[in-house]
Amino acid sequence: MHRTLTRRAAVLVAVSVVTGASGLSACGSESSNQPSAGGKVAITVTGQPPSSQAVERKIFDADVAEFEKLNPDIDVVAHEGFMDPKTFSAKLAGGQLEDVYYVYFTDPANIIARRQAADITDHIKDMAVIKQLQPALLDIFKDRNGKIYGLPTANYSMGLLYNRALFTKAGLDPDTPPTTWAEVRTAAQKISALGNGTVGFADLSKNNQGGWHLVTWAYAMGSQIAKQEGEKWTADFNNDKVKEALRLLKEMRWTDNAMGDKQLLEATDVQRLMGAGQLGMYLGAPDNVPVLVKEFKGKYEDYGVAAMPGGQGTLLGGEGYMINPKASPEKIKAGLKWIDWKYLAPDRIEQRVKQYLDEKQPIGLPAVPTPDIYTGDTRARQAELKTRNANVPEQNFASYLDGNTKLKGNLEPPNAQQIYAALDNVMQGVLTNKDANVDQLLSEAEAKVNSALAQVK
Amino acid sequence: MPSLKSSEAPASTGSREWPVEAPPAVKTTTRSRRKINDNLTAYGLLAAALVVFALFSWYPIVRGVLLSFQEVNFVDPPQWVGFDNFARLFADPLFATAWLNTLQFTAIALVLGFAVPFVTAVLLNELRHAKAFFRVAVYLPVMLPPVVVAMLWKWIYNPGPGLANAALGSVGLPESAWLDSSSTAMVSLVIVSTWANMGSTTLIYLAALQTIPGELYESAELDGAGLFKRLWHVTIPQTRFVLMVLLLLQVVATMQVFTEPYVMTGGGPEDSTVTVLLLLYRYAFTYNDFGSASAMSLLLLVALGIFAGLYLRLTRMRSED
Repeated sequence: MHRTLTRRAAVLVAVSVVTGASGLSACGSESSNQPSAGGKVAITVTGQPPSSQAVERKIFDADVAEFEKLNPDIDVVAHEGFMDPKTFSAKLAGGQLEDVYYVYFTDPANIIARRQAADITDHIKDMAVIKQLQPALLDIFKDRNGKIYGLPTANYSMGLLYNRALFTKAGLDPDTPPTTWAEVRTAAQKISALGNGTVGFADLSKNNQGGWHLVTWAYAMGSQIAKQEGEKWTADFNNDKVKEALRLLKEMRWTDNAMGDKQLLEATDVQRLMGAGQLGMYLGAPDNVPVLVKEFKGKYEDYGVAAMPGGQGTLLGGEGYMINPKASPEKIKAGLKWIDWKYLAPDRIEQRVKQYLDEKQPIGLPAVPTPDIYTGDTRARQAELKTRNANVPEQNFASYLDGNTKLKGNLEPPNAQQIYAALDNVMQGVLTNKDANVDQLLSEAEAKVNSALAQVK
Repeated sequence: MPSLKSSEAPASTGSREWPVEAPPAVKTTTRSRRKINDNLTAYGLLAAALVVFALFSWYPIVRGVLLSFQEVNFVDPPQWVGFDNFARLFADPLFATAWLNTLQFTAIALVLGFAVPFVTAVLLNELRHAKAFFRVAVYLPVMLPPVVVAMLWKWIYNPGPGLANAALGSVGLPESAWLDSSSTAMVSLVIVSTWANMGSTTLIYLAALQTIPGELYESAELDGAGLFKRLWHVTIPQTRFVLMVLLLLQVVATMQVFTEPYVMTGGGPEDSTVTVLLLLYRYAFTYNDFGSASAMSLLLLVALGIFAGLYLRLTRMRSED
C-alpha cells in the first residue's frame, strides 16, 4: 500500500512538473473506493457545464438532484469540464480521474489500448438501450476482442455550415445551399467579391484541427485515411481523391482569393469570423450554430447547415463516457446507471425536450438536447418530437439531414490525434504556400502517418 | 544543552596526560556546537528549501530518466522497454525537423537576442538625460506574461492590414506573410522572443558596462578614440566575461523555446516552427506517450548539459582569476 502510494505520488509529481501544475493538487482524492456515509455509493462524474453556461448548468444540476432522488443509494459528485488530454494522465496517476469520464470519439481506442478504462461488457448486458444505439458508435468503444469499455452519448456528422445572410447579400439562394464542390467554389467567389474583408470559405490548419478537416475532406471525396490488413494499419490517403480536394482548396485560396489572407486558423477563429458576419462557409457540425448565436448574439435564422458536398461521404465524430479502471464494481454499476439515465434513456427524450423549451433553448437543430445516436423506433419517435416542438427554423438544416441519409459515415482513424498532427502540415502547405507541392506534402504526411499507425495496438 | 566538562570524560581513562590535553579538544567541540547553534535557523531554512527542491525538481528529473526507459499507463506498474522509446523518436520524421528548427531558432535568437540588447545597453549607458525613463521602457515587455506577448504579436503580424505590414509599407518595403509562411515564421517568432526578453539581458549588460572604470574611457578619448573604437577597445574586452556567460545562458534558454510556437503557430506552417519542446509536449499531452516524451526530455537535458557544463567551467575560471 505504502509503495503504491509512494509510486503514485512520484508519478504525479513527475507529471505535474512537466505540466507546470502544482503537485499540491494531489491532496485529497474524491475518487476513493470507500462507500460514502450511510451505505451510499458516491461517484464522481465529468460533464457538468461551467457556471458561465447558466442554462446548461441549471439543467445538469437539476438532473443530478432528480437522479439522486430516484436513486437514494447513489451520490453523484459532479465535476465541471469535459475531456482534457493535457490533464488526463496526471489525474489518473494521482487518483483524481473521475469515476465516469467524458471522451471524444478520437480517444477511446488509445485509452482502451493503454488499459485506462474499465471493461463494462458484463455490466451492460441487461441495459435495454444498447439495442437502440447505432452499432457503429458502440464499436468505437470496443477492443478487438469485442469487449466494451464505454458508451456513446452524442454523435455528429460534418457538414457545410453557411451564413444565410451573406448568401442572400451575394445573390445566392440560401434555401439551396451548395451540393457539389464546384458550387461551393462559385459561392465562395461570390461571397468574397462582397469585399470589406469578407471571406467566402475558410478552413482550419492548426493544432491538429487542420488534420481533422483534411480527414473530413478525404471522406467527402470518397477516400479513406487508413486501411487495416491483418493486424497492421497503413496510410491510405495518398491518392487522386485527396489530391483533388487539395487542388480545390489551393485554387480557392490562391486563384480565387476566396479564403482570406489569414491562415493557421482554429475552430474558434472561424466561429469568430462567421459570428462577425465576415465568413460565408466552413466545414463544421450543427453544434456550432448555438455557439455562433449565443457567443455572437446572432439569430438562428441567419445560419444553415448543408450536408457535406460531393455526395460521397462524411466524417462521424462525437462523444461518450468511460469508466475509471480503478473504480469498484459498485461504482461501475452506479456510473452506468447515471450514463443510461442522464444521456441515453429513450423515455427521457420528451422530458429533455421540455426542459430545453422551458429554458427557451433551441429545439429543431440536428444537435442537443436529443443526440443522434439511436436507431429504430427511438430514432423515429425522437424525430417526431423534435419536429413537433421545433422553435428554430428546421428547414435551415433540412438539407443536412436529407443529405446525410445518402452519405457514407466514416469514423475517425486510429491514433487520430497523431494522424491529425501529421496532416496539419498538408493543409498548412496548401493554404500558406502558393507553390506548395501537393505530391510531396502527401508523401511526407504518409510517412509520418505510417509511423503513427505502427503504434496502433 | 549541557556541555561536556573537561573533568568528566577523561576520568575513566586514568591517564594523567588527559587533563592537560583535553581543554583544546573540548573547546573545539563547544565552538563547533556554538557554530551549529548559531546557524541552526539557516540550516532549518536550507533544509526546507532542499526538501522542496528534492521533491519538485530533483526527484522528477530522476523519475523522468526512469520513464525514458519505461512504458506507463498510470494504471499498471511501469513496463521496462529498454531503448524502445528512443527508437520510436528516431523513427519519427518530425524528430530531426524539431531539432533542426530548434537549432535554427537558437542561432537566429543569438544573433538578434545577443546583439540587440548589447547595443541597447551601450546606448542606454551613453545617455545623459532621461536614463530612468528609457530603462523602464526597455524593461517593460519583460513584465508582460508570455502568452499575452504572443497574442499581442499575433495581432501585430496579422497578414494584410496588420501593424507589422503597415510598418513595412511606411518605409516602402513589400508586405510579408510573417507567421503564415514557412520561410518567415521562425524569424517572426525570434523577433517576438527577443522583444519580450531583451529587457533583462539589457539590464545585465548595463550593470556590466557600469563597472568599467571611467578612466579607461577618458584615456581612450584623450587618445582620440570615437564611440566605435571605445566600444571595440574598452567596452567589449571589459565585458567579455559577462558576454560569454549570457551567451551560454541564452543558448540554454532559447533551446527550450515553447510558448511562442505553441501559441502563435502550433508548429506550422509546414512544420517550420515545430521545436523540441513542442514535439515533446505533443508526445506527452496529445499522444499521452510519457515514455517517449521523457526520452526526448532526456536528450534535451544532455544537450543542454553540455552548455551548462561550459557555463560552470567558465564561472570557475573566472573565480580562479
